[in-house]
Amino acid sequence: MDFELMINSFPKLLNATMVTLKLLSASLFFGLFIGLLFAVLRMNKNPIINKFSYGYSYVFRGTPLLVQIFIIYYGLGQIEYFRSTVLWVIFKEPYWCAIIAFALNTGAYTSEILRSAFQTIKPGFIEAGKSLGISSRIIFYKIQIPIAIKQSLPAYGNEIILMLKGTSLASTVTLMDLTGVAKYIISTTFRPIEVFIVAGSIYLFMTFLVHNFIKFLERRYKY
Amino acid sequence: MGLLAFGDTGWGDELFYATLMTLAVSITAMLIGFLFALIFTPLKLSKHKSLNLIGNFYTTVIRGVPELLVIYLFFFGGSGAIMFVASMFGYNDYIEINAFMTGAFAIGIISGAYSTEVFRGAIQSIDKGQFEASRVLGIKKHIQFYKVILPQMLRLAIPNLSNVWQITLKDTSLISVTGLVEIMRQSYIAAGSTRDPLFFYSFAAVLYLLLTYFSMKLLNRLEVKYSRGH
Repeated sequence: MDFELMINSFPKLLNATMVTLKLLSASLFFGLFIGLLFAVLRMNKNPIINKFSYGYSYVFRGTPLLVQIFIIYYGLGQIEYFRSTVLWVIFKEPYWCAIIAFALNTGAYTSEILRSAFQTIKPGFIEAGKSLGISSRIIFYKIQIPIAIKQSLPAYGNEIILMLKGTSLASTVTLMDLTGVAKYIISTTFRPIEVFIVAGSIYLFMTFLVHNFIKFLERRYKY
Repeated sequence: MGLLAFGDTGWGDELFYATLMTLAVSITAMLIGFLFALIFTPLKLSKHKSLNLIGNFYTTVIRGVPELLVIYLFFFGGSGAIMFVASMFGYNDYIEINAFMTGAFAIGIISGAYSTEVFRGAIQSIDKGQFEASRVLGIKKHIQFYKVILPQMLRLAIPNLSNVWQITLKDTSLISVTGLVEIMRQSYIAAGSTRDPLFFYSFAAVLYLLLTYFSMKLLNRLEVKYSRGH
């Protein structure tokens, strides 16, 4: 056991953790909006919109995240026309490609979580709102959304942890996140176990924080 | 479509064999995972605190650390560990374990952590009366497990195990970083030599979708079979 290497690599890995956290927060932020959008579309009565939303979540949940990143990072750049549009400013950066892939992926899972949360809201809540003369818009924002968020907290907490682990794939498109730096140190020092222990502990610590934060929110929003 | 031709002119046959390789790794990993679950589920359910701790340590660490990091550990550390053991027996040459076994083992350990949780949940949700009744009838402990607990447990576990199978199947794409020629690696090679990454990665996505679609169909049928009478 090379303790010196473990101590020396810790600051480097901690720096890389910032990259991981940036990727995670950006993807979760965009993913939540995508998820909410597709959850609402999924509950639409129009069969085409409904099927489209289902297809989106089916494709993104049925294929590996790695394929999704590679299509966005390596694949889209191949289209000549696409490279001449304004969007190319974003898509030529591996950083944004990773975030877009992660956001679309977590958006698909989030839409499923939110959809089932919306569907388990007791009709009585909505009926009570209607009978009080509250407009359906306000019912959606003030009654349905808060209840759905509360009900989906445990599942969403799991999704955050899955996404945290998912950000490690950013290292496959040249980004130096926690896993990327860990792999670099392993391949230069040939000390896989030591580096794994340090990097793994950092990941576990983050998982632990997320887990407890969700537990805290669950207790706070109990009704 | 010429890109997908079989034979020397296209990538059809290569991708076909790569798909078989993905399936082979997934199934091997799933079975290795079952072996791990067989060891760790009793530990998690044990009444001894220290055994409990070992079981919880395994599932918590593996489920809290990225799959890719576990794969790197095995990829860079696997042959080192085996060479270390071999050196104790006086064998000092370089040993290389093949990418298939490294990959299947790494994914298997991950899949095992999920399977352990599934089995634990399934056993815990079996009615206590079933254990008591079989004890009252004087059924021996291992027969009780095989004839009373296991059939009931499988019914409860199969829906969740099919989730574990999906996760395992998708995780195998990560083994491509070690050089094993499965769907992802083959698409990478094809994309590199034809300069058509969009087509090949999209095709890889289609292959994964087909695999998940048909395996889900199959597992649903199994689920129906085991839930007869309920």
